[in-house]
Amino acid sequence: MNQQITTRIGADKGVVKRDFRSRPWAATLILVGGLALLVLGIAVSVSFGAADIKLSVVWSAVFNFNPEIMDHQIIRELRLPRVLGGAMIGASFAVAGAIMQGMTRNPLADSGLMGINSGAGFALALCFAFFPNLSFMYLILYSFLGAGVGAGVVYGIGSLAKGGLTPARLVLAGAAFSALLSALSEGVALYFHIGQDLAFWYAGGVAGTKWIQLKIMFPWIGAALLGAMVISRSITMLSLGDDVAKGLGQRTGLVKLAGALIVLVLAGSSVAVVGAVGFIGLIIPHLTRFFVGVDYRWIIPCSAILGSLLAVFADLTARMINPPNETPLGAIIALIGVPFFLYLARKERREL
Amino acid sequence: MEKTTFSTFEASKNKRGFITMISLAVLIVIAFIISMNTGYIRLTPMELLNTIFGKGTDKQELILFQFRLPRIVISVLIGAGLAVSGAVMQGVFRNALADPGILGINAGAGIMVMLLISFYPTATAAPVYLLPMVAFVGAGVTAALIYALAYKRHQGISPMRLLLTGVAVAAGMSAAMIVLTLRLDPEKYQFVATWLAGSIWGTSWKFVLSLLPWILILVPYVIYKARVMNVLNLGEQTAVGLGAAVTKEQFRLLAAAVGLAAASVAVSGGIGFVGLVGPHLARRLVGPKHQLMLPTSALLGALLVITADTIGRWILQPSEIPTGIVVAVIGAPYFLYLLARTKS
Repeated sequence: MNQQITTRIGADKGVVKRDFRSRPWAATLILVGGLALLVLGIAVSVSFGAADIKLSVVWSAVFNFNPEIMDHQIIRELRLPRVLGGAMIGASFAVAGAIMQGMTRNPLADSGLMGINSGAGFALALCFAFFPNLSFMYLILYSFLGAGVGAGVVYGIGSLAKGGLTPARLVLAGAAFSALLSALSEGVALYFHIGQDLAFWYAGGVAGTKWIQLKIMFPWIGAALLGAMVISRSITMLSLGDDVAKGLGQRTGLVKLAGALIVLVLAGSSVAVVGAVGFIGLIIPHLTRFFVGVDYRWIIPCSAILGSLLAVFADLTARMINPPNETPLGAIIALIGVPFFLYLARKERREL
Repeated sequence: MEKTTFSTFEASKNKRGFITMISLAVLIVIAFIISMNTGYIRLTPMELLNTIFGKGTDKQELILFQFRLPRIVISVLIGAGLAVSGAVMQGVFRNALADPGILGINAGAGIMVMLLISFYPTATAAPVYLLPMVAFVGAGVTAALIYALAYKRHQGISPMRLLLTGVAVAAGMSAAMIVLTLRLDPEKYQFVATWLAGSIWGTSWKFVLSLLPWILILVPYVIYKARVMNVLNLGEQTAVGLGAAVTKEQFRLLAAAVGLAAASVAVSGGIGFVGLVGPHLARRLVGPKHQLMLPTSALLGALLVITADTIGRWILQPSEIPTGIVVAVIGAPYFLYLLARTKS
């Protein structure tokens, strides 16, 4: 992947250079620097809040826990799961987005835009309404199921269209299907009087994350992230086009299936924990590709780091804007995501 | 010879259009009657008739005249308003998928309505006549914003870019709306949630009066402009060649469409898809000529909303499903079907 190829596209509008290089040094920098920054962010996030706690206390709470100290309790039970949950979902949304964009070669692919989040959301609304005492484990499983159905319908309808599956069409199908699902969720919520629960969930936030959720979620997300690394090379090939991938001897169907499963696990379990946070999967992979080039062996781990960073710092911002009230994480990220989406929609010249 | 064939063809089309419109009107009347009958307290057709002629009990009169009738009239008005608004947008943008909901204009109107409600002491005290105005400002600003963001020099407006921009702006607006919702107290929250779900909440004659002028002025205005819209449909260059002041006409028509959408959204909240489904079915029934298509859309929209509202009141008695949800359940699959059928 290290050859330097620059192509010229769109000769009518001057030269547009498209860079096909991979930049391992930039990727390494992101991995190391990003990890350091992430640790810093987590530390700041833990110490900042309604009760400001000194970093030294944070340190001792983690490594020298004493249940009789109030601050230690706050850190252990409230702040640590929250910030770790944020880091985890940031990484998984970002990697899910990277895989989707790579596999479908669709620059607008994102779990929020393609019906996956709202599918999971609808499944959860049904769970809240009909089985209010369901354990979190089953909640996650139903959320996977909903995510799968959502993605299947949107993708299916998008590809039924004459002229194939264009990025814009996928977004429109996603928007319409999400509108349908959220109408249904709202109906369920109004009927069963679970409106405000669901509204908090829709707003998307890490405030209520508990250890038990993290414990259940971690194996799934960990395994899916590992899986993403395993198929990363194949995704690079797919991102060059199906024909190229086949020509290079790849079993594209198998890779796509594996990729789809990984995306559903990543997005489905994240949605179950924090709700409908969109746009992380859209922004981060673009940013990452800009820095590290086209090799998904680098894109996937770097996306994970940058996604965590975005979620952790967005959550920090969400708490700082108007304390002690919290602004929903989903809203903060939409605030960054919408202009970025607009920029992409303007920039894309093909098909859009 | 050829001219006569053409005109007979035209005449037969007009005739077909009239028959369609009359059938639709009859259907609306039927739906109207059924809708008057539907609800937690049932009135038999005889009781209904008696009540209409002033011979019912006080209770029956109260239910019919103070609750059901205004609501049904409102659903007719917003159905017509949203469908015509969608028809105009589809015509002006020459994009079959344009609709005030999908373009984010409903969200823009919604956010202003919500701001008004959250700054007013209680939901019911919000000044009724102010709502459509406020919604109009929100919708207008949003429409202008989307237009400006989708506009590119030398290329103008590409339909797909316009839709994508609308989707993005709508996402931003609903994020902002969620922030606002969470700060409301529970009582107002319930009101806003019902409003967002597209419930026809303005069930008194006051709301009919606040909505009526918008619909009564703007729908006829748009139908009066039907010839201009026919010309615009031929494409910008042809239209200019035929002597139409394209930009000016587009602007006027869009302003009318925004007004219609805004006034409807102010009393009905997030009812989407009417503006999409109405015009499409109309085009299928009477063809693309706007003189026929616009009134047919209005009738179809009215029929759709009145039916959805009746279904919503009927299915889960005694509680009711917001109309917007029923419309979305009908409309979204239709949108997806259209999306699958259109070529890029």
